[in-house]
Amino acid sequence: MLPAIEPQVLIAVGLAAAVTYSLRLGGLLLASRFPRSGRFRRAMDALPGALLFSLVVPSIVAEGVWGLMAAALTAIVVLRTRNTLAAMLCGMLVIFAVRKMGL
Amino acid sequence: MKHRKPEMIRGARANVPVAASAMAYGSVLGVLAAQKGLSWLDMMYMNSAVFAGAAQFVMVDMWSNHMPIFEMTLAVLVINLRYLLIGASLDPLFSGRSLLHKMGMMHLVADENWAVTMSEQRNGSATTWFLFGGGVFLYLAWSSGTLIGLLGGGFITRPEEYALDFAFTAVFTALAVGLWRGKGDVLPWFVAGAAALLAHKFLPGKWYIVAGGLAGAISAMVGPCESDEVEKVEEVEDAAGY
Repeated sequence: MLPAIEPQVLIAVGLAAAVTYSLRLGGLLLASRFPRSGRFRRAMDALPGALLFSLVVPSIVAEGVWGLMAAALTAIVVLRTRNTLAAMLCGMLVIFAVRKMGL
Repeated sequence: MKHRKPEMIRGARANVPVAASAMAYGSVLGVLAAQKGLSWLDMMYMNSAVFAGAAQFVMVDMWSNHMPIFEMTLAVLVINLRYLLIGASLDPLFSGRSLLHKMGMMHLVADENWAVTMSEQRNGSATTWFLFGGGVFLYLAWSSGTLIGLLGGGFITRPEEYALDFAFTAVFTALAVGLWRGKGDVLPWFVAGAAALLAHKFLPGKWYIVAGGLAGAISAMVGPCESDEVEKVEEVEDAAGY
């Protein structure tokens, strides 16, 4: 039996979806109008790394010294093995062990 | 378009680690959603239409019998503002593609498959179908995770206990390592990290990602050129007697 979606849910989720899709596509379409060289290009080239680094730094720091250790181990493992899954598991294992021991 | 299928499969495979943690986290969202009285159809509608983890957590949190439609939309806008930058950073990957192609691909861009694709692109082997294949796979993992949580009543109610919350941090750290381009990145990454920490401390929600990303990019724009930097390093090395 199919449950119905209430009209207000339809609208609320629909608006959230429209906003999210506009941001995703809007960023891409705006960027293709930007200059292809010069200082602005340098900013655009630096953006992916800066964005991803910003995503992780606060959550690493929030874990304290062990967070930094876990992140360093993750980085070393991925550099040595090129294996993202193994690197992720090593980082998680450090945090898991630290929390289990209540450090 | 004869590489479409193998590229999608390659993208899906590369997203296995991130999809596993997304699925675990999805099940947590499903448990919360069940408590708020969402039906599986509500959940699937939200998964398919919005497809953005953090925003969905906030939406479920704000869920009630009388939907706060305006506040919810505004919250989603703020949380997802980073997608403007994520979209912009995908421009080189999409260069030369038609508008229709861009419109079809962008809906399934999430933090995870974006990060995997960016790191793949550093090796010069990412394509839009690789990105899309990862997105489809991630969508399936995320959706099944949320449904398992919603219908199964949460077998992972405390993901922190298993360090599952750190899975995202660890996998994004590994992917960030892949984006490192050398000395020229020292300044933008340092500025990005500092700005992200400050914003995380003083601003709510996901502003820190936007603040860090923008600050890092701007520092690369106003900072010294790559060639200047090489000279500077040589000067330092001369001074040190190398």
